[in-house]
Amino acid sequence: MKDELDNREERVANLKGMGCSRKRVEDARFTQGKGNYVDDIKLDGMLFGDFVRSPYAHARIKSINTEAALQVPGVLAVLTAADLAPLGLHWMPTLAGDKQMVLADGKVLFQGQEVAFVVAEDRYAAADGIEAVEVEYEELPVIVNPFESLKSDVVLREDLDPKAPGAHGPRKHHNHIFTWEAGDKETTQEVISNAEVVAEESMYYHRTHPCPLETCGCVASMDKVNGKLTLWGTFQAPHAIRTVVSLISGIEEHNIRVISPDIGGGFGNKVGAYPGYVCSVVASIVTGKPVKWIEDRMDNLMTTAFARDYHMTGKISATKEGKITGLHCQVVADHGGFDACADPTKFPAGFMNICTGSYDIPTAYLEVDGVYTNKAPGGVSYRCSFRVTEAVYFIERMIEVLAIKLNMDAAELRRINFIKKEQFPYKAALGWEYDSGDYHTAWDKALKTVDYEGLRKEQAERVEAFKRGETRKIMGIGLSFFTEIVGAGPVKNCDILGLGMFDSCEIRIHPTGSAIARLGTISQGQGHATTFAQILASEIGLPADSITIEEGDTDTAPYGLGTYGSRSTPVAGAATAMAGRKIRAKAQMIAAYLLEVHDNDVEFDVDRFVVKGAPERFKTMKEIAFAAYNQAIPGLEPGLEAVSYYDPPNMTYPFGAYVCVMDIDVDTGVPEIRRFYALDDCGTRINPMIIEGQVHGGLTEALAVALGQEIAYDDMGNVKTGTLMDFFLPTAWEVPNYETDFTVTPSPHHPIGAKGVGESPHVGGVPCFSNAVQDAFRPFGNTHTNMPHDHWRIWRTANELGLHS
Amino acid sequence: MIPAAFEYHRPKDMAGVLAVLEEHGDDARVMAGGHSLIPMMKLRMADVPHLIDLQDVGGLSDIDVQSDTIRIGALVTQHDIITNDALTAVAPILREAALQIADPQVRYMGTVGGNVANGDPGNDMPGLMQCLDASFTLVGPNGERTVAAREFYEAAYMTAREDDEVLTAVVIPVPSGGYAYEKQKRKIGDYATAAAAVQLIKQGDTCVHAAIAMTNLSDTPIFSEDAGAALIGTSLDDAALKAAVAAMLNDIDPTEDNRGPIAFKKHVAGVILRRAIERAWSRA
Repeated sequence: MKDELDNREERVANLKGMGCSRKRVEDARFTQGKGNYVDDIKLDGMLFGDFVRSPYAHARIKSINTEAALQVPGVLAVLTAADLAPLGLHWMPTLAGDKQMVLADGKVLFQGQEVAFVVAEDRYAAADGIEAVEVEYEELPVIVNPFESLKSDVVLREDLDPKAPGAHGPRKHHNHIFTWEAGDKETTQEVISNAEVVAEESMYYHRTHPCPLETCGCVASMDKVNGKLTLWGTFQAPHAIRTVVSLISGIEEHNIRVISPDIGGGFGNKVGAYPGYVCSVVASIVTGKPVKWIEDRMDNLMTTAFARDYHMTGKISATKEGKITGLHCQVVADHGGFDACADPTKFPAGFMNICTGSYDIPTAYLEVDGVYTNKAPGGVSYRCSFRVTEAVYFIERMIEVLAIKLNMDAAELRRINFIKKEQFPYKAALGWEYDSGDYHTAWDKALKTVDYEGLRKEQAERVEAFKRGETRKIMGIGLSFFTEIVGAGPVKNCDILGLGMFDSCEIRIHPTGSAIARLGTISQGQGHATTFAQILASEIGLPADSITIEEGDTDTAPYGLGTYGSRSTPVAGAATAMAGRKIRAKAQMIAAYLLEVHDNDVEFDVDRFVVKGAPERFKTMKEIAFAAYNQAIPGLEPGLEAVSYYDPPNMTYPFGAYVCVMDIDVDTGVPEIRRFYALDDCGTRINPMIIEGQVHGGLTEALAVALGQEIAYDDMGNVKTGTLMDFFLPTAWEVPNYETDFTVTPSPHHPIGAKGVGESPHVGGVPCFSNAVQDAFRPFGNTHTNMPHDHWRIWRTANELGLHS
Repeated sequence: MIPAAFEYHRPKDMAGVLAVLEEHGDDARVMAGGHSLIPMMKLRMADVPHLIDLQDVGGLSDIDVQSDTIRIGALVTQHDIITNDALTAVAPILREAALQIADPQVRYMGTVGGNVANGDPGNDMPGLMQCLDASFTLVGPNGERTVAAREFYEAAYMTAREDDEVLTAVVIPVPSGGYAYEKQKRKIGDYATAAAAVQLIKQGDTCVHAAIAMTNLSDTPIFSEDAGAALIGTSLDDAALKAAVAAMLNDIDPTEDNRGPIAFKKHVAGVILRRAIERAWSRA
């Protein structure tokens, strides 16, 4: 056959493989409003369910009267805990080994908690039904502070034996959940007590929320004829949901089909299992009809999956020259009324033990106490791997605080403490083995690009001008160097509810040389259909445009643990490459047969196998695909398919260097971001355009969290930020221009060297924005102020430093 | 976010509107753009058994610029204000303020009439109308009457409008001199942390007229007569500005909310007013 593409470069370009800024294939439908989200699903006879929610943060339920609600036209049923109890479904297991009420069983523990589930013919009738349900509450004392909770006589969780250990070991108090430790306590304390210099700081990383544009929801449809349950939902981990539903309900797993259709953002919010899912399934079983449940914005902000809420106290020790010798970190973690954190089982504080950051710190100790309060459950990793945002914020603040103590430039302090390139793989004091890195190169490139020295000079001049009364604006330079830990994870130490955190890819090559690949992950906007096809294109030599990527249907996709924690490329991306290599191995045998040479005498070249030393003799992958199905090849089965389940040998460790230049109006507290530079090293880059988009999005969510995004409670446990009026979701107007840059340090253990990037900008961005604010006030005596840096808190800092007098 | 059931009325004329109001009393509410009322209904914070949509009533969507007065119909949207060149030519402060309300999507629907009639202390137009000494035309069963914007607001959501009346138009004396609408907010779409409307007339180096109104710093808009008086007869030196700010601070009564505590709001109100005055003066 005549090859139409003789030029090798053209053949490479034709594939649109790795390294190409291929346009997103998803965007045609999203930009035309043709996406198919859960709320777009409409089935014959579908009912709608919604919750009666508690107005109180802590109360006993004296009675629930559903009579009036059942009289509301269109209302068919009202479920309460009493209805679910005979099925054993009034409580459900959480991902953290705790249990959570599906519907209030005797009491409520947070405002907005699910009390009853009204099932109606449409959502309007359901809303009227909710109004008509009469619940009598007896208010109980409310605890919204975890330190007070640990001292309080008030027992929040009356269902738990206060003396019995929890899922993660002994409990110290009836409101205590777990203590988790890492590192060497004695040595660390000794090093710190004998150190030349010690800096200490307490910081609160406030509670916030991932707030995806699409809220959580599902449609449950129980087919009583064939016994099959189909559950469409906003699930970041559809297979895990299938297994959990099976374990909870007793329905055999083959009779459950979970489908994640298009998902409008997740950021961790859609990892967990929520009462709405359980109630919808039960309601569908009871009524025999499909039942839809969709959160509204307030439900979403108030009840599903908060993030952070970490009270962190640190000590960092160093020599007088600035060489760090030890790090001590104590955390009190507010988990709300139930421990529903989405973390690997062995890591109840996630990967908080990455808190030594990018630095060669010889000894460290971390202790985390989880505590119950009267707040919503959750504790998800909002656009980060498990608790990595907290860890990186902690160390990047401690570095700044130490720099102040040492009277040393914070950029230089970082430089002299970075793990050196030749130290990789690097075993950190708190247990992780960093795969690869070249921090000095990235840091130098960042500082040079922004003219760091020039910025410091300008800042010093601005301070003088401010003191002379010539300006009311001060200038801050925010620095951040982060190391992420993503790609959970090796099955030997990473599982969720016992489910190993491998991932998978299954490929079918069609006879005419196109393909479909299915994965255990699910895109929520990351562009998997674009990028996974690119990995495959490079691996199997068929154009990305000829490869369909399908995810999210458990009846068709291979088992996987889903998409969160930047794990898709490190784990499922690796599975994709490995499955592709299986295809290629069989293709090599077919090519050798067709070319009438030995298997070892052909080699892969872009989109074909060629006879070694005779490049004019070749078979394209397209030809090989046809032959695989249609030519009887001795010793080979027909067909060209492969599946790979990939258990990663290690996590991957993307890193980056960020700089933010900010001007602050001390009179109004308004910050203005003049410049933001982000250098990311995510190893091998699959699609530079998508990486850039991910960086822009992650930085914007970092800006949000650092500058105002907060779930705030009053003393009565009322959520003060339950709507988008008060919960800060930045628009294009609030977002600065971002400059992106990169270095490439491939992961040595990943088949294509990729490390993952989706969450890096958030992890690195939050401390960068925060450090910019703090740095602006540093010349006036500031050491640390807590986020969120909204106008009034910035103003308060200025006021307390005497800048208004 | 689903309202209780309600009757939807869409009369063709004002007589029809008044008839529904008369029949249902305070069970009926008039809606212009709906961007304040509908969210309140969806949150079930407003109970409106009878909703009267004004959009089919004629004659409420015009901007009529005369030599000494401007008449703005109640259904004129913020977007209409922004894009009306004749209006901007004589009263540019309206455009400057409208551009700081919410976002473009809201401004396509949100109306001047709804903004001033609702009595929400967060709305920008009431303070602006007080600054401009506008008056509101109210139509009721006994005919038409006029209430000055400076007399209209009694408390949050409480105004001089009777339950059976409809606000049909805003009439503004054509302003002259320098102007500024200065607003600090947390983000696009937010109500003001503090906002100031200022209109000044300069003769030589002297300020001969000054009108100042503040937004979202009390349970009503605040027309600060004393703040304006502090500027009149001065050349807007530092002492005059300080006196105006002090007078304004005496008139406002902010409360603590998620935007910040009272001390912060007062401080920012002073800063914002000062900036508004300076900008207005530079344009006078």
